[in-house]
Amino acid sequence: MADPVLFAADPNPEIASGITESRPARWGLMAIAFIFLTLFLVLPLVLVFMEASRKGLGYFFETLGEPDTLSAIQLTLLVAAISVPLNLVFGVAAAWAIAKFEFKGKAFLTTLVDLPFSVSPVISGLVYVLLFGAQSALGPWLKANGIEILFAVPGIVLATIFVTFPFVARELIPLMEEQGTGDEEAAISLGANGWQTFWYVTLPNIKWGLLYGVLLCNARAMGEFGAVSVVSGHIRGQTNTMPLHVEILYNEYNAAGAFAVASLLAGLALVTLALKTLLEMRYGAEIAATRGH
Amino acid sequence: MQVRVENVRKEFDTFPALHDVSLDIRSGELIALLGPSGSGKTTLLRLIAGLEQPTIGKIFFGDDDASERSIRERNVGFVFQHYALFRHMTVADNIGFGLKVRPSATRPPADEIRKRASTLLDLVQLSGLEKRYPAQLSGGQRQRVALARAMAIEPKVLLLDEPFGALDAQVRRELRRWLREIHDATGHTTVFVTHDQEEALELADRVVVMSQGRIEQVGTADEVYDQPNSPFVYGFIGDSSSLPVKVEDGQVWLTDRPIGLAAPDAPTGPATLFFRPHDVELLDECAGCLAGTVAASRRVAGTKRVELEIGGHRERVEIELPVDHPAAQRSRIAFRPRKWKVFPSAAN
Repeated sequence: MADPVLFAADPNPEIASGITESRPARWGLMAIAFIFLTLFLVLPLVLVFMEASRKGLGYFFETLGEPDTLSAIQLTLLVAAISVPLNLVFGVAAAWAIAKFEFKGKAFLTTLVDLPFSVSPVISGLVYVLLFGAQSALGPWLKANGIEILFAVPGIVLATIFVTFPFVARELIPLMEEQGTGDEEAAISLGANGWQTFWYVTLPNIKWGLLYGVLLCNARAMGEFGAVSVVSGHIRGQTNTMPLHVEILYNEYNAAGAFAVASLLAGLALVTLALKTLLEMRYGAEIAATRGH
Repeated sequence: MQVRVENVRKEFDTFPALHDVSLDIRSGELIALLGPSGSGKTTLLRLIAGLEQPTIGKIFFGDDDASERSIRERNVGFVFQHYALFRHMTVADNIGFGLKVRPSATRPPADEIRKRASTLLDLVQLSGLEKRYPAQLSGGQRQRVALARAMAIEPKVLLLDEPFGALDAQVRRELRRWLREIHDATGHTTVFVTHDQEEALELADRVVVMSQGRIEQVGTADEVYDQPNSPFVYGFIGDSSSLPVKVEDGQVWLTDRPIGLAAPDAPTGPATLFFRPHDVELLDECAGCLAGTVAASRRVAGTKRVELEIGGHRERVEIELPVDHPAAQRSRIAFRPRKWKVFPSAAN
């Protein structure tokens, strides 16, 4: 920590630090960052909202009120509502196993967790087609028993779970590894059982990381396109999620409609980000405390 | 509670951390496990706690075979090296945790738990800090909270892993005295691990000296210091000088001449002579003694330490001289250790 009195006495505080760049360099770097962000992130987002409201707010709400659109919104929320809690449980379990225990095949499991990130979502979808499709080994049996997976909600949920699996686990593994097993050992030595240890000690230690993971997982679950596109079958009003509906509307040259739905999706993403920032501001000190030790 | 460790061996992935260790800990005793890092002292402590399971061997709490029991059932108070306080809980909640997680049949009511936490805080001299979080405490205060938390469950045995390792010297000395007082007041059977011999010798009723997964010696501070039973203990506890010698005809020989030390019980053959640098008798030129030339000299507190080169092989040993001794560089000094011991070289 530098002595504040020394700094106050310094005639030129701007060059007080040895790693401070010259003024043009600083401005240049900031300008590059701003231009890049504006061009590639802000502008497209603004365009989405502008396109959406081009034909007026009336048309905007009319599009959102269409039965097919409503059904797509419902389906997206349903898929997220199923896959996010499941991935929360899977993610915590996987992170717990990887971070707190030593076992054979641990490195392999860690790699496996990353698999959904490293393969193209289309392939993730195709895997389910191979597994449950009419030509697959399971296909005839499923058909005989009247179980619909492909081109139905279960398939979409499965594909979404697959694609969004790493978010929670990835967020938690480094955090839990850093925290070690000391707190858990202390809890057990004081007589806590496994569930009490998790509930009173482990969970409070990871809650902020877990919340980040869940928010990111949710954003991706709602926005997933590739894998869902393969397994959904694009049946309007039945197996269309919001991203798929955007594509359909766009392909039908209904740009305003497509952008209306897209703006809703983008809005969800913004809400997620805002929520995350709000949490960081509100509980910043506490988050730093649980992460920093 | 008496604790008995019987022929315990512990391997981590076939790497042996403890070889066939046996130890009796008396009820109400304050005992130190002392050794360099890698000696297996922490492993032994964790085995007693039940944080590790022995590969072979058994651990008894009284007459009860504890090796079959999990750490939850053993009812031990464990104080971790870095305290492992729950950082999202207040000091009072930390101390009350062990009571709060009891099954409802034996769990005291909430205000009773709070009262117990306050009583324990008084005991560890931190009254009034109930509402603080661990991050708001100093290292020494955290240490005390960790001890209060471990004592809250009324443990049969109190186990402390390097309890003062992370504290500065001043706080260490203070807490050392304070731990002794707490132990005398509560009478818990207490085992603590340390690599600091001063801490072990000053604090413990008995000291267990460990090296390379084995117990070298168990004894009081006087016993391990005055009668070390192995070259390791002689070298590890206190200052010592050593010199390769041989034993023949019941006499200690330095290469070709006897040095005036009779060792009738030592086996004939090569051996190592150990003695304390401060426990030597200075002689005028002699026939049967050790003599060497001063190679280096330094002032240590109230005395002068000189390194002597001895014999044809120029072995160096250290002895202590009075500050006003006129010894200078290259001057010759003759001496004979007052207390000493030879260990046959084969034992090394």
